[in-house]
Amino acid sequence: MKSFLRNGKATAGLAILGVYLLFAIIGPWIAPYDPSARGNDLVKGPSAAHWLGTTHLGQDVLSQLLVGTRSVVYVGFLAAIIATVLSVLVGVAAGYLGGKTDDTLSVFTNVVLVIPAVPLMIIITSTLNDVSDTLIAVIIGLTCWSWNARVLRAQTLSLRRRDFVEAARASGERTWRIIGFELLPNLTAVIASGFVGTVIFAVLSEITLAFIGVVNNGWNWGTILFWAQGQQALGQDAWWWFVPAGLAIAVLGMALALINFGIDEFVSPRLRSAGKTKLRTARGRTVRMRIGFTPVLGGAPPPAKEPALAGEAK
Amino acid sequence: MKYFLQRMGFYLFTAWAAITLNFFIPRLVPGDPVQSLIAKYQGQLSTKSIASLYVLFGLDKHQSLWTQYVDYWKQIFHGDLGLSFTFFPAPVSQVIGQALPWTVLLVGITTIISFTLGTGLGVLAGWRRGSWADGLLPVTTFFSSVPYFWLGILAIYLLAGPDSFFPSSGGFDSELVPAWDQYFIPSAIQHSLLPALTILISSVSGWILSMRNMMVTVSSEDYITVAHAKGLPERRVALSYAARNALLPSVSGFALALGFIVGGTLLVEIVFSYPGLGFTLLQAVGAKDYPLMQGIFLIITIAVLVANLLADVAYLLLDPRTRKEG
Amino acid sequence: MEPVLDIRNLNVDYGLGDKAVHAVRDVSLTLHRGEVLGLAGESGSGKSTLAYGLTRLLAPPGVITGGEVIYHPPDDEPYDVLGLSDRALRQFRWAETAIVFQGAMNSLNPVHKVSTQLTDVLKAHEPRMSDHARKARAREMLKLVGISPDRMDAYPHQLSGGMRQRVMIGMALILRPRVVIMDEPTTALDVVMQRQILGQLIELRERLGFSVIFITHDLSLLVEFSNRIAIMYGGRIVEEAPAATIYRDALHPYSKGLLSSFPALRGARRELAGIPGSPPDLAGMPAGCSFHPRCPRAFEPCAGEIPVLGRPDTPDGAGRSVACWLSHPHPGAR
Ligand SMILES: Nc1ncnc2c1ncn2[C@@H]1O[C@H](COP(=O)(O)OP(=O)(O)O)[C@@H](O)[C@H]1O
Ligand code: SF4
Ligand SMILES: [Mg+2]
Repeated sequence: MKSFLRNGKATAGLAILGVYLLFAIIGPWIAPYDPSARGNDLVKGPSAAHWLGTTHLGQDVLSQLLVGTRSVVYVGFLAAIIATVLSVLVGVAAGYLGGKTDDTLSVFTNVVLVIPAVPLMIIITSTLNDVSDTLIAVIIGLTCWSWNARVLRAQTLSLRRRDFVEAARASGERTWRIIGFELLPNLTAVIASGFVGTVIFAVLSEITLAFIGVVNNGWNWGTILFWAQGQQALGQDAWWWFVPAGLAIAVLGMALALINFGIDEFVSPRLRSAGKTKLRTARGRTVRMRIGFTPVLGGAPPPAKEPALAGEAK
Repeated sequence: MKYFLQRMGFYLFTAWAAITLNFFIPRLVPGDPVQSLIAKYQGQLSTKSIASLYVLFGLDKHQSLWTQYVDYWKQIFHGDLGLSFTFFPAPVSQVIGQALPWTVLLVGITTIISFTLGTGLGVLAGWRRGSWADGLLPVTTFFSSVPYFWLGILAIYLLAGPDSFFPSSGGFDSELVPAWDQYFIPSAIQHSLLPALTILISSVSGWILSMRNMMVTVSSEDYITVAHAKGLPERRVALSYAARNALLPSVSGFALALGFIVGGTLLVEIVFSYPGLGFTLLQAVGAKDYPLMQGIFLIITIAVLVANLLADVAYLLLDPRTRKEG
Repeated sequence: MEPVLDIRNLNVDYGLGDKAVHAVRDVSLTLHRGEVLGLAGESGSGKSTLAYGLTRLLAPPGVITGGEVIYHPPDDEPYDVLGLSDRALRQFRWAETAIVFQGAMNSLNPVHKVSTQLTDVLKAHEPRMSDHARKARAREMLKLVGISPDRMDAYPHQLSGGMRQRVMIGMALILRPRVVIMDEPTTALDVVMQRQILGQLIELRERLGFSVIFITHDLSLLVEFSNRIAIMYGGRIVEEAPAATIYRDALHPYSKGLLSSFPALRGARRELAGIPGSPPDLAGMPAGCSFHPRCPRAFEPCAGEIPVLGRPDTPDGAGRSVACWLSHPHPGAR
């Protein structure tokens, strides 16, 4: 864990995520206005009274953004928790139990995976009237667990063949104990990275649904964009209306992606973008670390002439 | 061949699952939104189209679920997806038939370009660690975290406008009539540039990253060391040995990622009012036009399945291990 | 005997700075023309690192920190392989020294046919050769290693382990190199197959006249198939002598331990008979003789000073060398 935190990308990502979590909690309290309250300044740019300007109804964009953070974070995390639990159940069971169970669960996983999630969510949410944030999170969670389940199944399969699991099985340990004490601890990184990835996906999905207008109760960043798009914010040059919400999504997504890079590099250090690839030789030349040509430091001085090699001579 | 048949079977199964899902969704929901739509259009609907909507949405409560299900399938097989209320009285199949080519061309071509470009850059970044290509990573990460549609909004804001070369909405100049002629085609291309660019920028980074990571992983395989030991030219080692193998998981990933990509691209159409399925879906959602929504979901699912099948064929051609043992 | 390859004070590290693992330390070794030089030692003793380091094939974080690898061409001045430019090194590789890798199972590119992988070497090294001639040569090599030439169009996954191994040997010989390095070429094979392939290889060597560096953790194989044997421990050569001499009269306690053990067939690590303990952790090598914590005969000087590889202090010491205080005048004796 310590070495994970030493990873610059991961810490940066966690720090940004922390800020979002903070705003998810205090956002509604520190918002200067009621996000739905109308005002007299219609579509006005940033000012002292409205730091991020106003909408077509004179609503304060900053307040909408702050209040909306809670819904985004709530839906993102709840959906990711649901999806992660499902993916662990399905993926680990498929990978560990094997045989018919695996076949069935794998087909099920792949079916859910190839059916396009966003259109499915759209028809489900629009068929249901009046969806709460919790219900949205449930729907998103139920439709987007499959990718992680696939990854977890593959990981479990390879873990199952390792010595320590084989040993536990041979000694007759109970299945649930092996899964709980031998497998899961070794899957932590994969599960964590799947969780983080799902948070991104869930946030984007919620915002998408709100942006299309299938869910429209309460504020989130998608709702802001829905009104901005519908009320011709673009035509009126009202950049303050749609830029902040998008940036908020992008930075959150970026933070989560950074955390995931950190996890990936933690798990397989080879993926790290090459740290020190240039070396200095004793002769003062710089050489590069690369596959196929091991760097040579020191040693004898270079040959005066290049020897004529068989291939060249011919 | 066995592999191919297996995949084929899987896609048929998935299609069945999707259609069955489509059958159940409206039946699980309390209240009959379609019933009220039918009531609203009372008098304008023919008996035949009312009957078809009854079958699709399970409005006839006296029938057993099984009879409903059989009738539903019969109707789907006839291509009858009901009537669209948004484009009343056009049948859903006709509305979809008009929108589909736009989406297939825009999303299809852009996705292929994005995959090719991203894979190529990923090969560079993965092969030459620490070169300029590694510098692409943070930039692409940022763009992959931005929602497609917001990038579209920005693109319109920054690049499109009355005096700009890029039109901000539509699929073609509104003065033109769709036709395969020298006026319409350039206009359609011009209208598609900005949406295409948006999709490209948002989606390319995913391919770069996955290909880079695959290259890094493959580079440590024994056969790469052997290729170096054989004294092969660097290009051959990088392309014919490393990239060629790294491509395999990328192609199977391509198939699986399609479902995710499609979601994002539909939204881009919405932002640009591009006359494809996404924009049509938006209109259907706005008008609570359930038959059209369900029809679009079915078509998108089937299109994704077909694209998956194509990716599988590509995989079959690329990986000798899936071919018939000889 | 004339030398072909002269390794002088080769040092290889994994990693840089303080965290570097010294995997090969000060190794000097000479390969003569036409001989089979065996390299033995437990798994992790640095054999592969030495073999791949010779032609700079170690992947990052491998770094060659010093030494020379002098190659003696048949009719030209000797030169240092480590000093070659990338282009020259590429031409040197496979044409002069070919390697059959430890992971022979994964040595073939799974997506290309056997023929493609045989001919691309020819394409790279003999660009003027015609397509037809390349194919013919590839077919000839397959025949040479006992594979029917109609397997030319097979993909690696269609071949058995033994066949893949043979393909790799054929590939190694395709340019008629003067040195062939075999890194545990038999670990993945069963005993019968091992002997069969090795027997063939030795026969080929007599016919084609190349030298072999043969690496294995199974000393009994070497006694049978090699002329000279070098024993590695903890990144160093601890003993080097003619095969028969080692078999009859090994001087180093580690060599004796290796001889009296029967390594598991599939190359899994196991304890040496009479030598408890495991190979040293290269990151934290013991001071003095690195074998001393496990050595049954360790005495006063062993923990203090590193014994240098040299001619043993015995009457028949010519032509062999050992690094053990038992065979050298030790500091305590002075
Ligand atoms: N990529 C690497 N990074 C760090 N250490 C390595 C690496 N490869 C090998 N080593 C170390 O070098 C030592 C020698 O390995 P190797 O040459 O493969 O031994 P052998 O071939 O004799 O089994 C091992 O003990 C291992 O700890
Ligand atoms: S030097 Fe000492 S410890 Fe090392 S092998 Fe010889 S006797 Fe054993
Ligand atoms: Mg080895």
